[in-house]
Amino acid sequence: MFFSQTLIVLTGTLLLGIASGMVGTFAVLRRRALAGDVVAHAALPGLCLAFLAFHSRSIIVLLTGALLSGLLGAISVSLLKRFTRLRDDAVQGIVLSVFYGGGIALTRSIQNHYRDEPGADLESFIIGHAATMMQGDVAQIAVVVAVTASIVVLLFKELKLLSFDEQFCQVQGWSATGLDILLMVLTAVTVVVGLPAVGVVLTAALLIIPPAAARFWTDRLSIMMMIACAIGGVSGVTGTLLSAHFDGLPTGPLIVLTSTAFFILSWIFAPHRGLLWKSREVTDLEMYLPWVEAGDDVPHPSTNSGPPIATQEVP
Amino acid sequence: MTSSDENEKPAIFDIHDMTVAYDRRPVLWNIDLTLRNAGLVAIVGPNGAGKSTMIRAAMGLVPMVSGSVSAWGSAIDGQLRRIGYVPQRGSVDWDFPISVFETVLMGTYGSLGWFRRPGRVQRDLTMQCLERVGMQDYAKRQIGQLSGGQQQRVFLARALAQQAELYFMDEPMAGVDAATERVVFELLQSLSDEGRTIVVVHHDLRTVTEYFDEVVLLNVRIVASGPVDTTFTSANLQATYGGRLSILDTMAEAVQKQEETE
Amino acid sequence: MLPTLTNTVALLAARVPIPFEAQTTRLAEMLSLPATDVQNAFWTIAVGALCAVCCSLAGCFLVLRRISLLGDALSHSVLAGVAGVYLVTGRVDPIPMLLGAIAAGVVTAVMTQFIHKTALVPEDSSIGIVFTSLFAFGVVVVSHASHVHLDLDCVLFGDLSFAGINLHPTFGWLVPESFRTLVPTLIITLLLLTICWKELRLTSFDPTLAVTLGFSAGLMHYLLTTVVAIVTVSAMEIVGLLVVALLIVPAATARLLTDRLSTMLWLSCLIGVSCTTFGYFLALRWNSSAAGLTAVVAGVELLIAIVVSPKHGLLGRLVRTVRLRIRICAEDVLAGLFRRQERSDAPDTLVQASLSECHILAGNGLLAGPAVRWLRTRHLLQQVGSVTSLSESGLRYAQSMVRSHRLWEAYLQENFNLPPDHLHDPAEAMEHFIGPGVQQQITEELSQSAEDPHGRAIPDVKKQGVN
Repeated sequence: MFFSQTLIVLTGTLLLGIASGMVGTFAVLRRRALAGDVVAHAALPGLCLAFLAFHSRSIIVLLTGALLSGLLGAISVSLLKRFTRLRDDAVQGIVLSVFYGGGIALTRSIQNHYRDEPGADLESFIIGHAATMMQGDVAQIAVVVAVTASIVVLLFKELKLLSFDEQFCQVQGWSATGLDILLMVLTAVTVVVGLPAVGVVLTAALLIIPPAAARFWTDRLSIMMMIACAIGGVSGVTGTLLSAHFDGLPTGPLIVLTSTAFFILSWIFAPHRGLLWKSREVTDLEMYLPWVEAGDDVPHPSTNSGPPIATQEVP
Repeated sequence: MTSSDENEKPAIFDIHDMTVAYDRRPVLWNIDLTLRNAGLVAIVGPNGAGKSTMIRAAMGLVPMVSGSVSAWGSAIDGQLRRIGYVPQRGSVDWDFPISVFETVLMGTYGSLGWFRRPGRVQRDLTMQCLERVGMQDYAKRQIGQLSGGQQQRVFLARALAQQAELYFMDEPMAGVDAATERVVFELLQSLSDEGRTIVVVHHDLRTVTEYFDEVVLLNVRIVASGPVDTTFTSANLQATYGGRLSILDTMAEAVQKQEETE
Repeated sequence: MLPTLTNTVALLAARVPIPFEAQTTRLAEMLSLPATDVQNAFWTIAVGALCAVCCSLAGCFLVLRRISLLGDALSHSVLAGVAGVYLVTGRVDPIPMLLGAIAAGVVTAVMTQFIHKTALVPEDSSIGIVFTSLFAFGVVVVSHASHVHLDLDCVLFGDLSFAGINLHPTFGWLVPESFRTLVPTLIITLLLLTICWKELRLTSFDPTLAVTLGFSAGLMHYLLTTVVAIVTVSAMEIVGLLVVALLIVPAATARLLTDRLSTMLWLSCLIGVSCTTFGYFLALRWNSSAAGLTAVVAGVELLIAIVVSPKHGLLGRLVRTVRLRIRICAEDVLAGLFRRQERSDAPDTLVQASLSECHILAGNGLLAGPAVRWLRTRHLLQQVGSVTSLSESGLRYAQSMVRSHRLWEAYLQENFNLPPDHLHDPAEAMEHFIGPGVQQQITEELSQSAEDPHGRAIPDVKKQGVN
């Protein structure tokens, strides 16, 4: 009994890691890494409202509510950007914290009102509680992974184009907005199915860390995505095993810490891009050298085209 | 001159009364431009004149306040697959995990349509385009490992792979070395000889007469446009580069505030 | 909570004075509520307000410098600092933990930059990597140590609702325990503000200029990060992770309402205090989390600001747009009447039109009626029976409109490469924005200003107006 329960949870976290790796690769490359964080936080009030409306802890009901309010959060972000003069970062912080605050207030009053009802403990969604994963939950995660994977495979060409050069995508006559929304929905769905296991606060980590670690090892998008899925999956499994071994330690944070370990290892040891490799062979100067020789005066764009977080403060 | 005769062919490219504004403040005023002949067209003007904005708005990347754009006699939205585009080099993330070959291959995506994967035909075409810009040896490199001029050539190869009849190129000579500049001009010349139209945002006034057939002088409005011999005159250049029109600035302010000027 | 309560009772018995005790007691009598309830509420509101002021002041700079997400990241990563200190010392001491939290905050800011620079990871991703990892570490340590005083629930939700109960003797007065961290935090924040006011203002609005003037923007950045870390860790006790809501939302709301830094600062404090106060009362009413409802109230206030903000609010913009449309329709009527008069056989007699003709000139849309009314209330149109005509002032106004129109056509003709049949539409759009100043300017720049490109005379307002 214990064994099969562990197996169920392992399958669940493995699949979750794979799905996050897939979707997260696009999120990181498109500099939308924190959008997943916003969706995860924004999902909490919807989850609570779904519980209040249907009085069931059926995971489908709760997650549908969560998905709807997560998407509402994403829409709020674009509306606020469109209609106010607030900057990206402020808008994300506002939507994230206000929705999350609503969620916290709802979970607390649900807990106070339905103290005797089983399953009213929605606060477990905040940090996540993988150990209680059921067969049905895993089946849902499997469906989500299958759907996400087939969409990504079918539209790989289009999604690659969108991520690399959105304008060119649009100019070639593709619906960049449509693809953008599709990716947003895929991200939201992945985040939401991850909530029960990893929790609101940390789901974003699964989207960001494995792809960022995978980027060190390859210069090809398809391979990067596979490595990200592998790291995500292995982190899921390792985190679950660690949590089973050290009784009482929560699964979600352990999964995140495992993937962080992967990131740090990649950061130090990866060929060409790793810290060790770089200090030994390729200095920055050499990387820029071919173009200094060519009489080129335009700096490397990737060093100065990031989102405006604190870059300007560094003199 | 724009009154269309019944038997006249529709213009290759036509902008009618296009005004573009950022945050309600007009940055391009009443642009009217018609291209009837194949050839090399330079868009020339000082910094902040809206050169890039003009072609970006024409291709639908920037919303217009008013006006319409058509190509071959019908609205441009439906004609995008016949149009090639070379954006400014800074518009993409050069650290993206993608090789030179894959980047150029993207030019063929438009002809493929949804879901279909590029096959042998597209791969051969990609290789040919790389050879035309002299980048075949770099096919497997990650794009960030190229010099600025080489990156520009990759963008050109990608545009070639689009096999378009009309090209828009946003500063393809910005920050490139002399070797690349020559390669680029030879390439543009051969495209033009094949009967295509290439519109280039250009900032080097010295090379205009040498390479281009037509020129558009732009400074928030079109000062003059036409064949280089008759249009690229010192009087017109004076009008283009001789400072901004202060009245337009005042008016832009008024329109932005939605109030009458004092 | 029971031990603290008995503690408080014991201290009360020992006659440690409580500030404002007489006032709260009198208020309790007036409201006929138990005195302790009112006193609790008073202190809770005071704690919330103090917390909100600290957060709002620091938050203004986060919002202005576009590093709001750093606030979010810090609110997560300070947990790692607290947890790390616990791991090392094995005890729960406030001072080392505060230092640990500050260190974690600075580490977050430094690591984010370091990963971004050395790993070529986009900056948003590197923020995400750092704070989620640190938070995960913190959660693991805290759940491991759940038998001691570190409480994950407190980190996640804070306990504003109880902050007023937990009184503690400090300098001979019985005040809420949180005052012991919040008051120094406020002092540090205010110190930073007063000492570095000029530098902060400069580096917040224009970092590049600040660098060229010789201010170290990097130093300011880390100084600010440290202060935000201090604020975060002391506010965390009260509002938990939702400290990010108090940091960003009131500041952003104030930003929407003003363009001045000093106004923005006090306005955000006011908004922040109202958020914690309302949040507390709503939490009492709905038996819910005060921190959560504080964030919700902040969101609602932001929405209100978006709608009604005088300068940039949606409502104001809508009203201005409609007013402008009405004016444009009305001016179209005037210009139309003038042109008819010009074309008629007797250009010196006022042309007459029926009301429906005026509506047609105004575009016959929804705004045609208001436009005609606009003209009447300004006495630009006069009505005799069923016949409408231009008044004296209306004629002058109309002349000015047509003058603007034709001057603009002439101006386009001279400076733009436009075919003659494309001149009318742009002029029709611009005529409504051309005032006497620009008319004068155009006249001076034109080589001739007697006729428009179509050969029609450009009317001169003054000459005919006097006649």
